[in-house]
Formats: sequence, structure tokens, C-alpha cells
Amino acid sequence: MILTLLVIIPLLGGLLSFYLGKISPMLPRWAALSALSVDFILLLILWIKPDAIISTQGGQWIAEVNLEWIPQLGINFHLAMDGLNFLLTLLTVFLGITAVASSWTEIRERIGFFHLNLLAVLSGIIGTFLSLDLFIFYFFWELMLIPMYFLIAIWGHEDRFYASIKFFIFTQASGLIMLVAILGLYFIHGKNTGAYTFDYTQLLGTTLSPAAEMWLMLGFLIAFAVKLPVIPIHTWLPDAHTEAPTAGSVILAGLLLKTGAYGMIRFIIPLFPHASSVIAPVIFTLAAAGILYGALVAFGQTDLKRLIAYTSVSHMGFVLLGVFMFNDIALKGAVLQMLCHGVSTGALFIIAGALQERMHTREMARMGGLWATTPRIGAVMLFFALASLGLPGLGNFIAEFLVLLGSFGANKTVASIASVGLILAMSYSLWMMQRVFHGPNEFNWSLADFKTREMAVMAAMVAIILWLGVYPQPVLDRLGNMQTGPQSLSASVKETR
Amino acid sequence: MNASDLIDLFPLIIIASFAIIIMIVNIFYRKHEVNAVLAISGLLLAFMTTAGLFGSVPGRTANLLTIDSYALFFMGLFFAATLAITALSYGYNKTHEGSHEAFYILLLIAVLGSAVLAASSHFVSFFLGLEMLSISLYALIAYRRGERSNEAGIKYLVLAGLSSSFLLFGMALVYAQTGTMEFSEIASVSSASQVRSLAMSSGVLLIIVGAGFKLALVPFHMWTPDVYEGSPAPISAFVATVSKGAVFALILRFFTLIDIQADGRFFLVFTIIAVASMFTGNLLALYQNNIKRVLAYSSIAHLGYLLVAFLSNGALAITAVSFYLTAYFITIIGAFGVITVLSRADEEREFLDQYRGLAQTHPLLSGVFTAMLLSFAGIPLTAGFIGKFYLVSAGVNSALWLLIFSLVVNSAISIFYYLRIIAALYEAVPEKMIEIPLPLAGTIAISALMLMLMCLGIYPSQLIRLIQITAATLG
Repeated sequence: MILTLLVIIPLLGGLLSFYLGKISPMLPRWAALSALSVDFILLLILWIKPDAIISTQGGQWIAEVNLEWIPQLGINFHLAMDGLNFLLTLLTVFLGITAVASSWTEIRERIGFFHLNLLAVLSGIIGTFLSLDLFIFYFFWELMLIPMYFLIAIWGHEDRFYASIKFFIFTQASGLIMLVAILGLYFIHGKNTGAYTFDYTQLLGTTLSPAAEMWLMLGFLIAFAVKLPVIPIHTWLPDAHTEAPTAGSVILAGLLLKTGAYGMIRFIIPLFPHASSVIAPVIFTLAAAGILYGALVAFGQTDLKRLIAYTSVSHMGFVLLGVFMFNDIALKGAVLQMLCHGVSTGALFIIAGALQERMHTREMARMGGLWATTPRIGAVMLFFALASLGLPGLGNFIAEFLVLLGSFGANKTVASIASVGLILAMSYSLWMMQRVFHGPNEFNWSLADFKTREMAVMAAMVAIILWLGVYPQPVLDRLGNMQTGPQSLSASVKETR
Repeated sequence: MNASDLIDLFPLIIIASFAIIIMIVNIFYRKHEVNAVLAISGLLLAFMTTAGLFGSVPGRTANLLTIDSYALFFMGLFFAATLAITALSYGYNKTHEGSHEAFYILLLIAVLGSAVLAASSHFVSFFLGLEMLSISLYALIAYRRGERSNEAGIKYLVLAGLSSSFLLFGMALVYAQTGTMEFSEIASVSSASQVRSLAMSSGVLLIIVGAGFKLALVPFHMWTPDVYEGSPAPISAFVATVSKGAVFALILRFFTLIDIQADGRFFLVFTIIAVASMFTGNLLALYQNNIKRVLAYSSIAHLGYLLVAFLSNGALAITAVSFYLTAYFITIIGAFGVITVLSRADEEREFLDQYRGLAQTHPLLSGVFTAMLLSFAGIPLTAGFIGKFYLVSAGVNSALWLLIFSLVVNSAISIFYYLRIIAALYEAVPEKMIEIPLPLAGTIAISALMLMLMCLGIYPSQLIRLIQITAATLG
């Protein structure tokens, strides 16, 4: 029940904001914030007292709900939570709150509708993370596209029409391919056992011929690879991230990309263990290529948001690498990287958005010497730039270190190539800092610095990155409790090799 | 014929008698409101009778009509759709002087023809139903009597006449080979004696041509955009839904009986038609600025999608077709409904530019329009999502990979023009559009359609249960 609430509360909060938007411009913001806070409190309850709410049906999940939805097709409303999707849901709600807070002054038009879309995306993402029925998963997977499309297309920047349609077509088409694969699995399982069901727990361990397994796996992989993104199908990402409003960029970079990685961990590897070990060399070649390519292209950018967008391609390469190395350390590193990248890139997009709101440009050529006028923004930006380049003591370091450590044992060449990405990350991060905040203030910018509201958001994000950097053990422990998590899953993959 | 046969025919009798009642009433008293109310009550009564008969023992009437659950399901669907269209037409017709009795009479006769098609199990009733439908439509399409309406009417008249003659010739050839005009006997004769003669297959092919014209499948689609553009908006909705649905219900019954899957040649023909319809419809819709033409091309593509389910086998195919048709009916009537309530009979609002910034002036209408377009695109929470899901699952179940592949590609193409309209709706325009007072009946109708769209998208089990009873009678 608590899981259903987690999904529904943001949506209801969104509808409430939509109606309140007709009364006053401030009410929707508060309504959105309170809805997300309720979700956050629910998650904290689950964090502190996991045993108190264990469902009677499953018994092994932190929480579970399983209701009949369309019985004729074997579709159940089946949500369940383990350590992995608990952390991701927590990240979703947290970044949701920061997204609402960061658009507090940026969004001035159709405020109610904006918050409806924002919260609907969050509902969709939470649903995607929690669903254990493949139909429901696909349902939420598609559901989050529309509000995201609206966020980009209505409140985005100059090229929003092009960017929003590109985003939509990429994700929708790849999603349909996944639907075909889901149905393929459904019918094969149904013909094998006579039980036609979309339930993940039942579909696990379906006997598949190697060819069928490979095709079905590729169907899922395309959808997840577009979202992650994996080169060469990443081209929607820079456009969408750049043109989206701040909250949209935060959600895209911080959360939408994570749904792709989550899908790989939750669905591809457990459902298709053989096929994924066959395809793994291709995948981690692409991952290493993505790490280097994203970092190199980031150098060539003159647009601040576009630069940050390309660093996402690079950082998500580490996630992909960690997932397909099939060992516990690398997988934990990948999950930690998802969390850290979500927070740190989210923060960078908030800063870029704040600068754009003040300067009405994202061109780095028009910036320079901003430290003098906005020392707080500069300091925070420096912190997250350092986090992004993997400074020891901050969360991203632990994550990338674990991924590389895990990969090195499995494939020395790829791990070595990928580690070059760290050097590149250092260069572009510092270079970005230098161009925006250092040097002479040629254009005589005199800007408003961060106020209490913005500093509070930033402080929370800084605290998380520090915590994950200094004492990540509680989070790693959570992952250790996972039922179909990295440990059991890597074990099963090893057996099949 | 006995009393129970008569009861089975009640829905048809009610529609026919209400057409006559409107005629008689108009001899004495001509008023638009009265005509509309009579038409609506006739359709409502017929719908309720159909619902009451649903699930009863199938009856056959003089070998011409089979009133089984399959027929009743589609009859109910047609009556409900026409009910919505009549409600929309009322406000639309009110913007033009006159009592419009002919409009409602013709609409009732057209839906009567469609109902006959849904129940038809014989070439005679097939042709009878089709002509009742077509002849009423000639007049309805040209109802506005402008230059474009006349063009549309004449175009439809000439091409529909031509296709009817193809159909008749095809029926004659099949009759010459099998010696019967009844579907089930044709099926048994052709499967028993393995009739594979040239005359037989040309006959079936000609029937496909005739039906293909009505369904606006490529390459028989040329008339569609012009007719949709020239007709009054509610009649465009009728042509797109009831007229196509009736023919589809019929060919589904016919080809399921003669087992289209078994014959590779016809299977190939339909595959080519399906793929061509999807691509042609979607590619031609991409840069249209007239929304009625966009919907016309998109409906060509949607009939192509529907053929994916048509070509797959088993009960799942029939379920998929029925569900998708229902979802498609709601969606397209809803989309044309929005155009209708914003239009006047003498001046329709059909260009994309006229819809820019609609969200600011008419939030309800732009919300409904958005939902309908998203349903076309197959996005969750709408009926179109479950419909598309059914299509893909029917295709995957029968391993029709080529068709599935082109469905996926076309879905991606089609998103572009749906989103183009949606983006225009939510555009911020400097000067606000003039707010038009909306007709009450039309607003109620589109709100109801919106509600149904969401209900089917969120909780489709009830309809699926109904359709499974339907599919069982045919399979």
C-alpha cells in the first residue's frame, strides 16, 4: 500500500497544483513541495524501520503490493521494493524537491500546469523503478514521456520544438521495440508453461533458445540504451538537456538516464543471463568509447548546459561498464555512480540554470570572472566540478573507483582505457570553472548571488555527496540486502559462464 | 420468420422506424430541435435494445442476417458512435438556418446500413447494407453545398459507385464458382473442393478492392483527404468511424470464415496493403496544415495498423481488432468533435494556425484534443495505448515480424505530426483568440468521449470481457 501511495501522491499533488495555479502563482509551488515532502517522509520511514512494513505476501521485499489489474491478460499491479529501487526512489523524490525549488523563480508562466507535468514525470519514474510486472513497467516507462515532453516543449529554450520531438521519438520508438520483446517473452513463457503472465518473478528463468534470448535481450537493450544513453544512440540527449528548463534538465540527467541503467540491472541481466554475457564485450567497448567520447566532446562545447550534458554521456559510461562486468564490486560502484551522478549533475544543471536566469545566456564566451560578483555560486560550482572530476572524499570518487576496481579484475584493457576518462574529466571540469568563474570580468557582469533558498538546496546536495564520499557503507549495505541484487545476480551469471 | 426473429431484429427496426417517424413529423411540424431529439432517442433506444439482446442465442433471419454477439457488439458500437456524432451535429447544424430533417434521416439510414453490414452473412445483405450506407453518405458529404463539399460529394459518388461495381463483379465470380452467396457455405465449398481457380481468386480479389476502397486502404485511398476536408466535420467523423468499422466488421467475419491465413496469396496481398497504408498515411500527414487532412491520412495509417491484427490468427486477433476499433472510434470522434464544436457550418476551423494557443482560450478542448492525439500515438492512460498493445501482441503471437517492424517505424513517424499539433495547442500566442461559446450537447459529448478514453486506458477489463464473448461467437 505504501508503494502505491509513493506513486500516486506526486500525481495527486500535481493535479492539486494545477487547480491551485488558477488561484495564485505561489500555491502550486507549495503544493508540489508538500506532496514530495510527504513522499520523502514515507521513504524515511521505510529507511528507518524496514521490518515494520514488510508485506505479508512476499516477506522478502521491503514492501510489496500485488493487485489484479487486467486478469484476462495476466497483468497485475505488482510493485515491490528492495534496496536498489529504494535508493533510486529516494533519489527521485530528493531531486524532485530540488527541481521544484530551483524553478521557484525561473518559471513564471502556467505555473500550475508546470508543476502538474513535473510531478507527473516523477510519478512515472517512481512507478518505473518500483514495478515488477513488465506491462506496468512499460506503462510507466511510456507515461513519463508526455509530461517530460511538455516540460521541454512549453518551458524550454530557443530550440525546444526540435529537441522535444527528437527526445520523444527516440524514446517512444525504442520503447515500442521493448514492448515487442516483452510480448515475445510473454508468449514464449505462456506457450512453455501455459501460464500467460507479465509478472517478473514468474518470467525469471523462462527457458529460451539462445537465438530467441538474444533477440529479446536486444529488444530490451535498445530501449535502455537510448535512455542511458549509449553511443551511438545518445544524440537526443545534448539537445534535450540543453533546451529543457532547469527542472527538466535536472530530471532528465538525474533520473531519466537512471531508468535505463536500472532496467539493465533489474531486467536484462536476470532475465537473459546468457545473452547478456555473450553481448558484454560489445557493451563494455561501447561504454569505454562513451566515457572517452563524452569527455572529448564536452571540451568542444561553448554552451554551458551542453557541456554538462556531454559529461553525463561520459559518466553514464561508467555505470554501463559497472553493470556489464558482472561482479559485485563493479555493480555496487555503478549504483553508487547513479546516485552521485544524479546529485552532482543535477546540482550543476541547477547552477547553469541559475546563471542563465540571471545572464540570459548559456554561452561560456560571454562569461568569465563571475567569482567576483557571485562568490557563493562559484564556490558551489567548484565543489560539484570537483565531485564530477572524481576528487577523493566525494561520492563520485568512490563510485568510479569501485567500477574501475571491479572492471580491472574482469577486463584490464577496458578498465585502463576507461580510467583515461578520469583525466579528461579533470581537464574539462577545471576548464569549465576557469572559463566561467575565473579570469577578468570582461562584460562587467553584476549578478545576484544565491539566496537562502538556493543555498539550502545546494547545502543538501553538498551534504549527500560528502556523505557518500566519506561514509558510503550504509548505502552499500542497503544494496547488499537486495533480493535479486548484484550478489545473487552476479553469482548466477558466473555459474552460466 | 417467427416472433423471436423479430425480436432479434428490433435494433434495426427501431432505427428504420425512427427515420420514418422524423419524415412524418416533418410533414406537420418542422423544427431542428425536434428532429435532433428524435434521432437521438431512436439511437438511444436502439443501443439499449442491442445491449439487452447481447449474449442471447444467435438468430438467423432468412439466411441474410446473423444476429450473434459479434453483430450485436458492433451494432452497439455503431449506435453509440452515431449517438455521439448526432449530439455533435446538433450544435454544428444550429449555426446554420433550417430544420435539417434530411441530415438526421440520412444519418439514421447510414447507421442502419452499417448495422446490416455488421450482421450480414450473405452477399445480398452485404451489398444492401453497403449501398444504404453509401447512398446516404453521398448526400451527407455534400451537405454543406460549398464548392469543396460538392467536389467531395461527387468524388465519393463516382469512386464509391466504381468500387461497388468491382464488389458486385467479385461477388458474381465467387457465386459462379461456389454456387452460393452465403458466407459459411462459400467457406465450406471452397475448403472442401479446394477451389483455387483463377475465377475464384479474382472474385475474392475484387471483393478486397471494393472493401479496400471503403476502408481507404492504400492504393484505394485517394479520395480520403478531399472527402474528409469537404464534408461537415461530424460527417467526416462518421465516414472515418462507422462507415469503415462496418466494412471491417464484415470482412473480418468473411475472411475468418474462409480462413485468410491459409491462403498465402491473399495473405501477401493484405500484407502489402497494410505496410503501404501505414507508410503512405503517415508520410503524407507529416507536413499537412489542415487538421482534417491530417486526421484523414492518420486514419489511413490506423487502418493499416488494424490489418496487423486482422492478419494474425486465433481469438486474440478478433479481440485485438474489436478493441482497437473501439479505441479508434472514441479517439477519432473525439478529435473531430473538438473541430466540430469550434466550427460553424459555414466556416470550419480546420487549419493548424487556427489552433495555436487554444490551451489559453479553451483549456477543456485543448485537453481533450491532446488526449485524443496521444491516444492515436498509443500513450498510456488512453484507450489507444491498450489498443496498440493488443495489436502488437496479436502480431507477436503470430510472428508477423515485417508488419510489427513497420508498425514500430510508423509509430515513430506518426509521433511527429501528433506532437506538432499538440505543440501548437500549447504555444504562447501574443493576442488571445476570440472565445467562442461552446454548444452544450457537443461539449457533453466530447467530455463523455474523453471520460471513456481514460476509463478504457486505465481499466479495460470490462470491455475486454465483453469482447471475448464476441470473439468466441466468431472463432
